[in-house]
Amino acid sequence: MVSMENNLNILLLLILLFPLAGFLFSGLFGKTISKLVVGILASTAVFIPFVFSIILAANVSENVISLRLFEWIHFQNFNISFSLMADPLTALMLLIVTGVGFLIHVYSIAYMQDDESFSRFFSYMNLFIFFMLILVISSNFLVMFIGWEGVGLCSYLLIGFWYGDHENNNAAKKAFIMNRIGDLGFLLAIFLIFTTFNSLEFSTVFANASQMISGNSTIFWITLLLFIGATGKSAQIPLYTWLPDAMAGPTPVSALIHAATMVTAGVYMIARSSILYALAPEVLGLIAIVGIATALLAASIAIFQNDIKKVLAYSTISQLGYMFAALGVGAFTGAMFHLTTHALFKALLFLAAGSVIHSLGGEQNINKMGGLSKKIKVTTFVFLIACIAISGIPPFSGFFSKDEILSSLFEKNPLLWILGIIGAIMTAFYMFRLYFLVFKGTYRGSEETAKHIHESSKIMIIPLIILALLSIIGGILGLPEWMGSRHFLQNYLSPVFKNSSQILHETKHLVISEEYILIITSIIGVLIAIVCSWFIYLKRYKVFDAKIPVVFRIFEKKYWMDEIYQFLFVKSTLWLSDFFYQIVEIKWIDAIVNGVGVLVVSTGRRLRYIQNGYTEFYVFMMVLGIIALLFINFLIR
Amino acid sequence: MLPIITLGLPLAASIMVLFLKKKQIVKQFSLVLSVIIFITTLFYYPFFYNLTSDLPIKITDTLLSFSMDGLSYLMLLLTSFASMLIVATSFIENQERSNIFYSLFFLTIFALTGVFTTQNSLMFYIYWELALIPVYFMCGFWGGKGCEKITIKFFIYTLFGSLIMLSALIYLYVKTPYPHSFNFEVIYKVVLSGSEQSWIFWAFFIAFAVKIPIFPFHTWQPDTYTVAPMSVTMILAGIMLKMGVYGIIRLMLPITHLAMIQWGGFASILAVIGIVYASIIAITQTDIKRLFAYSSMAHVGLLVVAAFSMNKIAIQGVVFQMLSHGVNIIGLFFVAEIFNVRIGSQKIGNMGGIAKIAPKFATFFIIIMLASIALPLTNGFVGEFLMLLGIFQTNFWFAILAGSGIIFGAVYMLWLYQRTMYGKINENISSFADLTINEILIFSTITIVILGMGLFPSSLLNIAEPTINQILKIN
Repeated sequence: MVSMENNLNILLLLILLFPLAGFLFSGLFGKTISKLVVGILASTAVFIPFVFSIILAANVSENVISLRLFEWIHFQNFNISFSLMADPLTALMLLIVTGVGFLIHVYSIAYMQDDESFSRFFSYMNLFIFFMLILVISSNFLVMFIGWEGVGLCSYLLIGFWYGDHENNNAAKKAFIMNRIGDLGFLLAIFLIFTTFNSLEFSTVFANASQMISGNSTIFWITLLLFIGATGKSAQIPLYTWLPDAMAGPTPVSALIHAATMVTAGVYMIARSSILYALAPEVLGLIAIVGIATALLAASIAIFQNDIKKVLAYSTISQLGYMFAALGVGAFTGAMFHLTTHALFKALLFLAAGSVIHSLGGEQNINKMGGLSKKIKVTTFVFLIACIAISGIPPFSGFFSKDEILSSLFEKNPLLWILGIIGAIMTAFYMFRLYFLVFKGTYRGSEETAKHIHESSKIMIIPLIILALLSIIGGILGLPEWMGSRHFLQNYLSPVFKNSSQILHETKHLVISEEYILIITSIIGVLIAIVCSWFIYLKRYKVFDAKIPVVFRIFEKKYWMDEIYQFLFVKSTLWLSDFFYQIVEIKWIDAIVNGVGVLVVSTGRRLRYIQNGYTEFYVFMMVLGIIALLFINFLIR
Repeated sequence: MLPIITLGLPLAASIMVLFLKKKQIVKQFSLVLSVIIFITTLFYYPFFYNLTSDLPIKITDTLLSFSMDGLSYLMLLLTSFASMLIVATSFIENQERSNIFYSLFFLTIFALTGVFTTQNSLMFYIYWELALIPVYFMCGFWGGKGCEKITIKFFIYTLFGSLIMLSALIYLYVKTPYPHSFNFEVIYKVVLSGSEQSWIFWAFFIAFAVKIPIFPFHTWQPDTYTVAPMSVTMILAGIMLKMGVYGIIRLMLPITHLAMIQWGGFASILAVIGIVYASIIAITQTDIKRLFAYSSMAHVGLLVVAAFSMNKIAIQGVVFQMLSHGVNIIGLFFVAEIFNVRIGSQKIGNMGGIAKIAPKFATFFIIIMLASIALPLTNGFVGEFLMLLGIFQTNFWFAILAGSGIIFGAVYMLWLYQRTMYGKINENISSFADLTINEILIFSTITIVILGMGLFPSSLLNIAEPTINQILKIN
């Protein structure tokens, strides 16, 4: 048994090494070999970790597999080591990152085949996987922070992948900077954790924290600061505006980084720290409010977007909001369940959208699409599956995970549940709006583009089909009690959340009849939304073809949040920079310094005759002077 | 033996170079000399990397009042490594009368070595001033446009600062018991009243504040960095400003402990203002060297806040960051000089789209940039993490304000990178050759150090440990 475990913890290291090697290889030699080889090698560098992840996932339970690589920042009495670990929560994330990551890598081989920077793309993608895996298998907060900032860097590099256009670069820069604001919160939380527990290791921190009482003010600040970090990475209010802009990157990037993996890091981090959060009920309440508010805000914007990727981006923000709402009511398993199903169907949506964009030669405006179902059948079919899954129609995966979150919300506060249902209805509405506008009705684009519409190659289609299958059956991970089965994920993750659920000790539990009422309500609501969507966007599309009613301008304009932020933060900083430099620096400080200088020089003119311009002479005289002074001093004594 | 080698080599180099005539030979010979100096310094690494002893290991020589402990050793490691880089990078420049230039260069290195190893306050002062003189001449003779005026400003400014320090050093000498001594060990033991400490504190502070520089004593710095020859800017930013930080740790922490408690907060406020102020100014700079100058000022502001926090973790961070900053800022100014030589301009407006035509250059530039904005796994992160953690333990608000530097750092650096490397290729650029083999070697060396220090910081932290313990225990 011991030797078995020794072998397993080596896997933690190997999991990291393959994508790192892939990154170095594609980065250094990618240009000299054929694109297909680069693509296959890069995909393999993610597939092998996927296999290892399966092995790990099968072997973790109560016992945690851990590996201390080396002492990282270390001096007397101060030690932060580079240590890794895997428990069931890690294993779940590993499977998502490597599994979905691998499919997206394969898809990208075809999607990016005409790009001149093909090898650069794959080296960045592998580097992203490397950092995402560090984030997930870290066993202390600082190693997690390496992954946290590292994925931010890769996100920056990939959003601005086509750097010839400054619009992409601005989006990349915005993403990095908004994330950095959150990261400062994360960093301050790390400082407070270290100062409080004198360690950053999860095991030590969580063990010590569980001795503390609920409502402890230090825990309050730690969890609040960590949550600020999470709002940056997971695009929650108020740091969400970078994610829609991030769609400037290639579509596989949006699928991998900005839908399935990186943006869920905040959810993972809070779930990982569930014990701390269980002790901070006020912060949990705040998370629930921020989560549900983000879910509704983003959903309301998504309804009025006309860029296929922007709709999906706001949808991602909205779904992440659900996960946070779940965390906020203490439903950690529910949040992780939705994270998992969302990773599947949202990656599918993005990749299918990529297939649409590809077939239309780069068109992203849904007003110029329509009727594509006849020409790209497979894409249409998988997109529909994803739409059904995200809308929460049984028996597709999204139904189970969303239902679990909604009933947790109801247990906590029926008002939260109502808001959740409203969000779910909006989700179904905008997703089917998207489906009808893109695939149904009549084609509204140019004749020229219409000629070239074609289904994507097999390399792109196969990952779509696999993801579609998973989106359908993903629900079996968490079949609810009323179906008379065991909740697999709940069981699997129970060692991780055991302590925190003990602290939160759920009192209320819904009876089965209540569950039925909730579920039926939500299904009816969703179906009505789909019918409305069908009626407005398909049946009577012409009526709505004209301008959006004035009332809805606020949604279409995204509540003017971008403009407000631009004015409050960007413009004011630039103005301040000018003011500091032109006025304070040049007109005030330097003017005073120069004034003093002029005074000295004019006095100096009178002493001109002693001045001969040789600096050595001055210093020589000065040194002589000092020595004379000291000698005199010596004599006096 | 060691003192003679350590101090003697740069001095000998300074003299030897004078006798050479041909430019190429001067450069190659200088490079060989600087490599020898670095290797001899490296040779002593195992001696200082001693994990068993808690007491500081010291190499002393009473005649030369030479003393080298862990802190001094790290400063020498920086000085010798940086001087090697500086000589190597100077190959892209073309100086007239290069033998005199390199002779002055090695004279500066000699003086800096002296500052970091002397045990005697008078010698400290003499080396301190001696380091300035060759820099003054290099600036004046080999600098860019408008150099003379700026050089004089720089000279008077720093001289003014050091004269105030001299008065404090003499006062301390007089205060030592008979027979008077300039020896640091003796001076550390002098008992000073609160008011005496206060004025000595300020006398030291102003001298160091000008050198580092700290807001509002900084206005010589952006001008000088912008017009001085690249090698001089690298000496100033890479090594020389660390004299001031070294002075804070070596002199102020042990001698003016009470005044630190009384006035340290005020001094930290100035430094914090400097961090935010310089970071914000850097955002809209149009000259790449001036932008780096303000970025450097923001970074060293953090060094000062951390040093004044008197927290052990923070001071470990300071020592580490002095080395990281030294390497990284040399890398950044090398990047700036490559622009300058290839485009003939330092104006950011004349650049753009270079990543497309010079991908190797783009890669190395981004690595150095990431180290400068303290991305984890780079050397910049370790130093800033330790400093901010230490500051956090003493003053929460300073940590938040100083921490804003990592956000602003990302703002001005990413925007700079975007404007120079991304976008469409600027019309003014007809051609931009990618890096030569020599340049790749230099950048690779810098990259290895950035990642090596970022991954294995303990190899340096453990060397500083005993000295820092000793300095903080004196209190």
